[in-house]
Amino acid sequence: MAETIHVGHAEEHGHHDHHEMSFLEKYVFPLDHKMIAMQYMFTGMFMALIGGFFAYAFRMQLAFPGMDVPFWGVVTPADYNALVTSHGSVMIFWVAMPVLIAAFGNYLIPLMIGADDMVFPKINRLSYQIFLISAIIIIASFFVEGGAFGGAWTAYPPLSTKAQYSLTPIGSTMWITAVALEFVAFLLGGINFITTAMNSRAPGMKMWDIPMVVWMIVIASILFMLSVGPLLAGGIMMIFDQQLGTAFFDPDRGGDPILWQHLFWFFGHPEVYVVLLPAVGIVAEVMTVFSRKKLFAYKTVLYTAIGTGVLSFTVWAHHQFIAGIDPRMANVFTVTTLLISVPIAEMMFVYIATLYGGKITLTTPMLWALAFVFEFLIGGITGIFLGASGNDIYMHDTYFVLAHFHYTFYPIAIIGTYAGFTFWFPKMFGKMMNDGLGKLHFWLTIIPFNLIFLPLFVLGASGQHRRIYDYTNFPELAQPWQQDLRQLATISLVVMLGAQVIFFYNVIKSWMSGPPAGKNPWNSGTLEWTATSPPPHGNWPEGLPTCYRGPYEYSHPDHDKDYWPQNEPA
Amino acid sequence: MSVGSYQSSRMRLVAEERGEPRVVSNGVLGMVLFVMTEIMLFAGMISAFSIVRASSAIWPPPNQPRLPFEETAINTLALFVSGALLILAQRRFAESRRAARAPLVGSIVLGAFFVLFQGWEWASMLAQGLTLTSSTLGSFFYLIVGTHALHAIAAIWLLFRTWRRLERGWLHASQLATAAVLWYFVVGAWPLIYWRVYL
Repeated sequence: MAETIHVGHAEEHGHHDHHEMSFLEKYVFPLDHKMIAMQYMFTGMFMALIGGFFAYAFRMQLAFPGMDVPFWGVVTPADYNALVTSHGSVMIFWVAMPVLIAAFGNYLIPLMIGADDMVFPKINRLSYQIFLISAIIIIASFFVEGGAFGGAWTAYPPLSTKAQYSLTPIGSTMWITAVALEFVAFLLGGINFITTAMNSRAPGMKMWDIPMVVWMIVIASILFMLSVGPLLAGGIMMIFDQQLGTAFFDPDRGGDPILWQHLFWFFGHPEVYVVLLPAVGIVAEVMTVFSRKKLFAYKTVLYTAIGTGVLSFTVWAHHQFIAGIDPRMANVFTVTTLLISVPIAEMMFVYIATLYGGKITLTTPMLWALAFVFEFLIGGITGIFLGASGNDIYMHDTYFVLAHFHYTFYPIAIIGTYAGFTFWFPKMFGKMMNDGLGKLHFWLTIIPFNLIFLPLFVLGASGQHRRIYDYTNFPELAQPWQQDLRQLATISLVVMLGAQVIFFYNVIKSWMSGPPAGKNPWNSGTLEWTATSPPPHGNWPEGLPTCYRGPYEYSHPDHDKDYWPQNEPA
Repeated sequence: MSVGSYQSSRMRLVAEERGEPRVVSNGVLGMVLFVMTEIMLFAGMISAFSIVRASSAIWPPPNQPRLPFEETAINTLALFVSGALLILAQRRFAESRRAARAPLVGSIVLGAFFVLFQGWEWASMLAQGLTLTSSTLGSFFYLIVGTHALHAIAAIWLLFRTWRRLERGWLHASQLATAAVLWYFVVGAWPLIYWRVYL
């Protein structure tokens, strides 16, 4: 266990530098936080491709029922259920969480607070290994007898607990096991993030000098750790129900199926904020740099994030308005749900206030950051309709809900990630990304994204229910205009997935032959930009930095340059 | 306030903080965070049990044995004494390392007694017909008490390692504190389980 204070740790690492690390030590079983971050980042991106492919396969079935889908074949009803379930699970648990929290958290926290590594490097390595095993299990579940679990990512019992209903005796247990393992991985990661941010900061870095993205990842980790326990309990109970014959969720034998919904959503709703907050933090970093202004109301943003976190534990039953909960309870949860839009709206106003009067440069990361605000706003506003229980009873389980949460999760998981990745790419790989290709990729992602989900709002409002395999069986849902909108959404999805080729080409090309980035290509003030790009093992071999001021001292009147790095003495 | 005075007051604070030791060691902070998650795990299980119990028409389920709350009361006492001995060990460790040995060993032995007693209790409950699948009472009993027992075993193993370090003279106060946080959690969670599950 790393029982060291800041300086002792540095000496320990200095000692390590003397021997050459083997390939296995450096890339396969690394202890270095940056390499673990890259493992998380690329595993997450690989899983995003898989999740996107799943979406492609079932969207093709919806737009062109019964067609022989290229690269998949005919989508059977069982395939359809498995694809929808795995798309949701993979995108949330194996894409949004590893990339936004684990990859950015691992990469940025030590670099931004001026530490040489995480405080528990071995726990960090274990975290990734458990995560990798969970990812392998979820993919492997497609190849077992009965196929992958098809009971939706919420896994409501009794469908998920009884093999005679789900028809996936092995797949459903693999699903819940993979999810539980993934939680253990992030639990270990979260312990590391919080402890490192609290105990390993550079000398002089006070609470209010910590960059916002670090705070956001810390708060998100606390939220995750406080909310995951009940779902872990529910997960164990579900595995027992599936494999050992208990009846926790079986009403025939004294159990309670609604109990699972409570345990699931008690985690499931804070989870939205667990992934939202890091994205908010990333966007804050990008916006301050490219508008050359201090983050508007730093402390207010922080208190707001904490307030959002507290409130997020009181809204979960808004997912259960039609599950037979007491209408008086539904009133309470309607009020809390509408309340939580206040702090989130406040964060959006803070962004706009930060932009106001700034010298805005529209680089690729800045475009992503602006798109985050714009698209997330649509997601937030449609959420208010659904939070009102009177309305939700009609909207529940329609495509309106689906479009709503894609307008929240997509900006978080995809737009937020691209904002962060393109912003820190020069630090990660020491090369500049091609801005023209970056912008092309941006527009070819954002426009199709809106063309996928705006039609789905319309379809949802017209009554299109989720989880239906083939709408031609329902004449009132298979009118020509509805089918046209479905085809528009599917074609847009194909275009959007195709556009990701530009991104991967840009990453590889820039990594191989991009112009060298230097230490600080964006003239940013935070500490990670004072290390060489890419930072070596130990981050600052010449000595760890000292912090003298806040992270966002742009266009400071007392300073000749328009930025004032945190490590520069006055 | 002018920008200059803001800057100088900050510089003074920076100087004061330099070289200041951390308030909580890494190990203790990490363990406290872990325990925080575990508290929520048990809260989830116990509240689930409370909901199922409250919504049952007949409770306890018919033809199921009573949980042995008298014997378990004795066992609870053993666990409390174990926790108290560990507090004593931590206090003595601050003064002399050797003086911490006896209470630490006592704490481990009583902790092991608690787990073994639980195992004996399980055997007798199984013999009386309370199994994992016989009723929701049995399911929750083995789930909650079993999860607690797993935590107890892990914590005892950690305390045992701490004791080995103490014998070899390698033990640091914060390492003892790290293991103690987990054990205090195991001891502290038990009365809640006893109250909600046994009584």
